[in-house]
Amino acid sequence: MIQSLSQNLVYGILIGALYGLAAVGLSLVFGVTKLLNVSHGELLMLGGYASFWVFKLLGIDPFVSIPLTILFLLLIGVLLYKVIFSRIVTFDIENKIKNSLLVGFGLSIVLQNVVLLLWTADHRSIKTSYSGQALTMLGIRLPVVRLVSLGITLIAVIGLHFFLKKTYFGKAIRATVENWEAASLMGINVHKVYLVSFIVGCALAGVAGTLVTLSYSIDPSMGLEWTLKGLVVMVLGGLGNMIGTFVGGIILGLTESATGFFIGGNYREIAGLVLFILVLIFKPQGLFGIKEK
Amino acid sequence: MKKKTIIIVTIISLVLAFAPLFIKNTSTLTILCNVLLYIALATSWNILGGFAGQVSLGHSAFFGLGALLTRITWIAGVPLIFSLLLGAIVAVLFSLLIGSPAFKLKGAYFTIGTLALGQVLFATVGNIFSTSSTLPPEALRNYDLTPRYYLFLVVALLAFVTTYVLTSSRFGLGLKAVREEEDAAESLGVNAFKHKLLALVVSAFFTGLAGGAFAYFHVGYYPQYPFSPVWSLDPQMMTFIGGTGTIIGPVIGAIFFVVLKQYMSLNFGEFHLLIFGTLFILVVLFLPTGLVGLWSKVQKIKLFKPKAQEQKPNV
Repeated sequence: MIQSLSQNLVYGILIGALYGLAAVGLSLVFGVTKLLNVSHGELLMLGGYASFWVFKLLGIDPFVSIPLTILFLLLIGVLLYKVIFSRIVTFDIENKIKNSLLVGFGLSIVLQNVVLLLWTADHRSIKTSYSGQALTMLGIRLPVVRLVSLGITLIAVIGLHFFLKKTYFGKAIRATVENWEAASLMGINVHKVYLVSFIVGCALAGVAGTLVTLSYSIDPSMGLEWTLKGLVVMVLGGLGNMIGTFVGGIILGLTESATGFFIGGNYREIAGLVLFILVLIFKPQGLFGIKEK
Repeated sequence: MKKKTIIIVTIISLVLAFAPLFIKNTSTLTILCNVLLYIALATSWNILGGFAGQVSLGHSAFFGLGALLTRITWIAGVPLIFSLLLGAIVAVLFSLLIGSPAFKLKGAYFTIGTLALGQVLFATVGNIFSTSSTLPPEALRNYDLTPRYYLFLVVALLAFVTTYVLTSSRFGLGLKAVREEEDAAESLGVNAFKHKLLALVVSAFFTGLAGGAFAYFHVGYYPQYPFSPVWSLDPQMMTFIGGTGTIIGPVIGAIFFVVLKQYMSLNFGEFHLLIFGTLFILVVLFLPTGLVGLWSKVQKIKLFKPKAQEQKPNV
C-alpha cells in the first residue's frame, strides 16, 4: 500500500515536471508580452511530431535531436509572431489578452487540422532501445527515459531562470515586464524583447513535446489538454516566477496522481481543473506569486 | 426592428415552416436541422459573449446538461415538452450556481475559467456515463425527421426573437454599457452583475434547450459528446465570423459554417475546420465586426455615390 502510493507519487512528480516545463513557456510569453497564447499545447504537439519524425525517418535519438526541435520551434515562433501576434502586441493590455486568446483558439484549430491532414489521428510515441529500462530504488521503479527527461526539464527551467536573472538581455526582459514604456525610453528594443520571449516560449513547448512523445504519446487533439495543464500550473505558480511555476507543475502532478490513487484514474484530470478554478477565484495571484498592483 | 426586417424575418420563417412539405430528401432536411441547431447555439452564445462581452467557453456544459436531462427523461417516458423544459431549467440552475463565482473573473480569466469548468463536466460525464445512448427499438421504428426539424426551427426562432427583444430594450442598453466600460456603467447606476447574470441565464436557457433538441434529434451518441469543448468553440467562431454583438451575425456565421462544412466534406474531408479557423483568426485581427461589418462597409460605399450625384443639380 505505502509502496504503491509512493510509486504513484513519484510518477506524479515526473509528469508534474513536464507540466511545469509546458507552463514555464506559457508563463514566460504571458508574463512578458501579455499575449495569452492558448495554442501552446499545439506548439508542444509540433515539437513532439518533429522529434517523432526525425527519429522514425533519420533514426536520430530524440534526446540528441532536441536542438533540432528547438530550432524548428524557434522558426515556427518567428513565423507566428511576425505574421499574427505582432499585430496584437501593440494593443492595450485588456485587448491584447482577449485578442491573443481568440487568435490562439483559431490557431489551435488550424494547427490541429493541419497535423490531422498530414499525419492522421493516430497516437504516436517513440520507443527507443532503452525505453523499457528502469532503475529500482527502495522498491520504487524509476524509468530511465523519465529520469533523463526530468534532468532536461531541470536544465531548461534553471537555465531560463539564470538567463532572466543574470544576463543583460534577461535584465532587459525584466525591465520590460516592470514598465515597457520606461524600458523603451532607456533604449531597450521592446519589440525585440517581445519577439525573443515569444520564440523562447515556443522552444520550451517544443522540448516539452519531445519529452511527452518519449514517455507518453502524442496525437492531433492533445493540444487543448496540455494548454489547460499549462494554464492551471501558470495560475498555481503565479506569474513572473519561473521556479514557482515549475513547483506548481509538480503540485499539479502530485494532485493528479494522489487523486488517481485514492479516487480513481478517471478523475485525475478533474482534480487539476477543480484546483484551477478554486485558485482562479480565491487566489488569482497564484500560490507563489507576487501580489499584483 | 424596422418594418422591413420584420417582414423579411416572417417570410423566411414561413418558408422554413413549409419547407418539409416540399423537401422529401432526408439529407437536405438533416442539413437544415443542423443549420437551425447552430443558429440557435450561436445566437444564444452571442447574448452573453457578444452583447454582454463575456466570452464564455463553458457553453458546452449548458448544451450537454440540456441534452443529458432531456434524453434520460424523454426515453423514460416523460412527454417531450416537459423533458425539454427540464433540460433547459437544469442548464439555467447550473448557470445560476456558477454565475457569481465566474463573474468575479474578468476578461480572459472568465474565458479560461469557464473553459475549465466545461472540461470538468466533460470528463465527469464521460466517467459516469460510459456507454452509448441509443433510442429504444420502438422509437427507432417510428423515427421521423419532420418533428425534429420543427423543434429546431422553434428553438432557433425563439432564441432569435428573444435576443432581439432583450437587446433592443432598456436592459440591452445596460448590457452594452457594461460591455464597453463596466466601471463607467456602474457609476451611472447600471448594476453590472445583474445584467451579466441575466444575460448568462437567458443564454444558458436557450443553449440547454438546443441541447434538448439535439438529444431528441440524434439516434445514438455518447452522453459525453454534447459536453465536448467543440460545442463552445464552434458557436464562438460562428458568432465572431458573422459579427459579434449583432442580431443577424450569428445566423450568418452558422449558415456559413454548415454550408462550408457540407461542401468541404464532399470534396476535401475535414478541411472545413482549417478554413474556418483561418477565417476566425483573420476576423479577429482585421475585421472585428465580422461579415456584418464588412457588408455595412460595402453598403456605405454604394450609398455614398448616389448622394454625390444628387448634389450636382444644386451646384
